Amino acid sequence: MAVPVAYYLALSAVLFVMGALGVLVRRNAIVVFMSLELMFNAANLAFVAFARYYLQLDGQIIVFFVMTVAAAEVAVGLALMVAIFRARHSIDVDQMSILKG
Amino acid sequence: MTLDFTPILPFMIVAGAALALLVLDLFWPVRLKWLTPLLAAASLLAALVVELGQANYLRAGLSNMVIIDNFSVFANAIFICSGIAAIALAYDYIQRTGINHGEYYVLMLFSISGMLLMSTAADLIIVFLALELLSVPLYVLTGFARPRLDSEEAALKYFLLGAFSSGVLLYGIALLYGATSYTSLHGILSAVSRGTADMPLVVVGAAFLLVGVAFKGGVVPFHMWAPDVYQGAPTSVTGFMSVGAKAAGFVALLRIFVVAFPPVAVELTSVMNFLASLTMLIGNIAAIGQRNIKRMLAYSGIAQAGYMLMAFVPFGNKAIINDSVASMIFYLAVYAIASFGAWAVVVAVEQAEGRGLDIDDYAGLGRRYPLLGVAMLIFMLSFIGLPPTLGFWGKFYLFRSVIEGNYIVLALVGMLASLISAYYYLRVVVMMFLHDGANITVRRNWLLSGLVGVSALAVLLLGLMPGPLFQMAADALLRL
Repeated sequence: MAVPVAYYLALSAVLFVMGALGVLVRRNAIVVFMSLELMFNAANLAFVAFARYYLQLDGQIIVFFVMTVAAAEVAVGLALMVAIFRARHSIDVDQMSILKG
Repeated sequence: MTLDFTPILPFMIVAGAALALLVLDLFWPVRLKWLTPLLAAASLLAALVVELGQANYLRAGLSNMVIIDNFSVFANAIFICSGIAAIALAYDYIQRTGINHGEYYVLMLFSISGMLLMSTAADLIIVFLALELLSVPLYVLTGFARPRLDSEEAALKYFLLGAFSSGVLLYGIALLYGATSYTSLHGILSAVSRGTADMPLVVVGAAFLLVGVAFKGGVVPFHMWAPDVYQGAPTSVTGFMSVGAKAAGFVALLRIFVVAFPPVAVELTSVMNFLASLTMLIGNIAAIGQRNIKRMLAYSGIAQAGYMLMAFVPFGNKAIINDSVASMIFYLAVYAIASFGAWAVVVAVEQAEGRGLDIDDYAGLGRRYPLLGVAMLIFMLSFIGLPPTLGFWGKFYLFRSVIEGNYIVLALVGMLASLISAYYYLRVVVMMFLHDGANITVRRNWLLSGLVGVSALAVLLLGLMPGPLFQMAADALLRL
């Protein structure tokens, strides 16, 4: 029995909102980063669900691109966090307050 | 079946040069390090020649994923020229701040290749890929001055908020795909006009897209990251970012909205109108209180984004959209020239360990370095939009197209915002000429002086005869 596309979309919307809230609320940069990945994967789920719904391949191929891009972002993001952790032994985003005005 | 790569030839030149330099730079001995910026500039010049050769060459390529028209040629010429200017800006700066690694130029080339792809994107997935190709190298460049803490902090802030905006943008693309079953701009338009699209979902998707790009472009209320990032990044990167990254976002947004979204203009025009007004006012008012020149120019850049956003407001009005696009892209060129001049002055005045960046440090510089002072005066006048500088004509055409579209209130808000901006722009000049101050020695370097001189002359001379440049912008039509 096929699951209606609306179910996938609801799940994807929930994941996206959880991710967005996580970015806004959490303090640890790693957790913020995981929330970002949740947002990307919410979009991926929507792409795949729509691709299935329209019986097209386009949406699934887009997901490959998105995963590649997300992997590149992980590399850069983790490198930045390691550099910051070395300098100040914390990656709490609330302590990032040298720059203000 | 053969693939025709000519539409993305400039992109391939720049990206190929970046890949080659990434490897070659490892093998050059230290005394030959100057080859990297030289070859980077040479590859940009080659790309510029190819790009200009594609004027009046309308073609879609790679299964209609990309499209070249005069609009993309004009925008790409701006990106490539700003890349060359950014190399001139960086050459001396990264040597004296001890971050002279060849990767600097390589990352810059990657970022420019993303911009070149962005302006030709005719499919939302290309927009997403180009945006990431543009942004990810910029995150690294922002943190390039590590282990300086402010640079690292700026990089992390930029990275987290940049990735957040990419996520929002991507979700918007997913919703548009779901609503229309297409990701190409023409597919979306045709699905909407056939009536097969789910209209509420199209509006929500378009709004997500707008928010995603507004984040990147530093549009109020999504601008909080911009001043911090601009202040913390190495100054040469900030100069590049404030022109290139912002311009690329707006160029893509303009094409998306003008080509694909005229049917949702009813819902989104008022949102655009509100964002533009808010950005102009908040950007200019917040700039008044700044003491650090990089932060001040960051807020000024936010305000300038607001002016550019004015040109988006009539995106659904077929009668005047061509004028609007022309005035926006003309303004972009004007802003790029004056902006690089101003940043070159900031780089020249900056001292070791981040000193010399307060506006107070500029006291007396105009009297001791008259040419530098006059150049800064020209750039500031151009930012305000006073004649006889090029900035006057930029604002003139922009306001004219806004008034043509009958958005009188928006035009008045823009005028008021320009009036406010005169205060903080002129304060820098007053500080330079009418105050006495500490003895700051301005860095003398022929590349920087050249950049300041060329920009100042361009702002003045093109301000006296803006006709040819504006004609080029007017010919830079979007192919609908």
